Amino acid sequence: MSEKVLMKGNEAIAEAAIRAGCLHYFGYPITPQTELAAYMAKRMPKIGGTFLQAESEIAAINMVYGVSSAGKRVMTSSSSPGVSLKQEGISYIAGADLPALIVNVQRGGPGLGGIQPSQSDYFQATKGGGHGDYHLIVLTPASVQEMADLVSLAFDLADKYRMPAMLLADGTMGQMMEPVELPDEAPNMIEKPWAVTGTQMKREHNIVNSLYLVPEELEKTNNERFERYKYIEENEARYESFMMDDAEICVVAFGIAARVSRNAVVEARKQGIKVGMIRPITVWPFPKKPLAEAADKVKSFISVELSMGQMIEDIKLATSCKKPVDLCYRVGGMIPSPEQVLESIKKAAGGNE
Amino acid sequence: MTTQMLIAGFGGQGVLFAGKFLAYKALLEDKQLSWLPSYGPEMRGGTANCSVIVSDEPVGSPIVSKPDVLMVMNLPSLDKYEDDVVPGGYIFVDSTLIERKIKRDDVKVFYIPATKLAKDIDAPTLANMIMIGKVIKETGIVPYDNIDKALDKVVSARKANLKEINFKALDTGYNY
Repeated sequence: MSEKVLMKGNEAIAEAAIRAGCLHYFGYPITPQTELAAYMAKRMPKIGGTFLQAESEIAAINMVYGVSSAGKRVMTSSSSPGVSLKQEGISYIAGADLPALIVNVQRGGPGLGGIQPSQSDYFQATKGGGHGDYHLIVLTPASVQEMADLVSLAFDLADKYRMPAMLLADGTMGQMMEPVELPDEAPNMIEKPWAVTGTQMKREHNIVNSLYLVPEELEKTNNERFERYKYIEENEARYESFMMDDAEICVVAFGIAARVSRNAVVEARKQGIKVGMIRPITVWPFPKKPLAEAADKVKSFISVELSMGQMIEDIKLATSCKKPVDLCYRVGGMIPSPEQVLESIKKAAGGNE
Repeated sequence: MTTQMLIAGFGGQGVLFAGKFLAYKALLEDKQLSWLPSYGPEMRGGTANCSVIVSDEPVGSPIVSKPDVLMVMNLPSLDKYEDDVVPGGYIFVDSTLIERKIKRDDVKVFYIPATKLAKDIDAPTLANMIMIGKVIKETGIVPYDNIDKALDKVVSARKANLKEINFKALDTGYNY
């Protein structure tokens, strides 16, 4: 690892992507992720890469589709309304079984919404987002260091499973600066025998496509894809467990909500309340196993979100509704305070005595 | 030990830069830290602020809602944040631009005519660094030793000629 530097989360994503071997970036500016595109605009021409500001988000994601078909690491980034525009292309990329990285530095919605931080694209990110049966691997960084670390992981997983991955961040994570150590190791590039790179008259044509007019064939591709998803759900869920050993209340939060909740958990412990936190690092695949295990031990869960309550549904599913799940939230660009989370913890502790 | 600081003023006064400078100094001291700017449709003359947390432990929430240290460079910022400072905390006021005194008596307050001092040393845009010099002196949020190393990190090579005047501004505040 190199020396620690201070970087904005958005810049850390960009630099980490370049170091992960991504030399092709397509995007369209939008607050609060514009620094990412600006960083790419500055760096890519110097290292022989591509930075292209497309005419729209839809154009950008289709450029990603094209470059990925050719077997190159490629990414785009945007914020909530822009990511909605990309959904058609993302569905095509998933349908064509192509790897790619899509970064969503979320802001408040729906509609044009606002420009302050939010996590209200959770459903869109984890349940598919576009049309058809598909998933993205969705990673949720909670520090600038993780912004960098999860980028290379996202590229690796996307390549390995031939599917798009999303980095689901928010305005705070994108704008804040923290010390970060960027990886020095050479990226893990794998062979992509399916890529459309020209046959040199030496092999059969590769075809990259998401159109199957014969329903039996389309059904087969869907089933194959879901076999892969099943394996990913069993093997790639990631999370961090904090003070869970003797916890009677389990806070579940990711990204900025987890950072705020951590303060509340530490403070509640000082007051003698047995509370811990499970922080999903992937929200698809969702860390079902640790939550199911926690459901046998704790009295209740609290889902802390910057949404009206979206992840709470996955918590209920993962725990088979064995224990009550409270919701602690702010929306529209507002962020719950540690005091608000602490109140929820106290209420849960009191209510169960 | 954890110090939560809020720096606020008009856009263009260098409040984000001042916070970034502190953050780099904390980094050089091997501290844990976070720096979070306000962002939005802001411009020169609009309000701007940043949250800086310096700690010996990993930083939880990067948002400072109850600052231990408040540095304000315009009246709207003092009006907005004065009541949020924790009892026993510090408030640093640019008294050239803010004429009123603070209302509370449970915090330590320092009035620094930073904008005037900046003009006096022929560095009219560096009131922010004069304020920071005083903040470091009184709070010890970061040590003052080797402070020029942190300047190397935030003043780009293209503007290397501005390092000396930044250092002078810091020193002016530190010794005020």
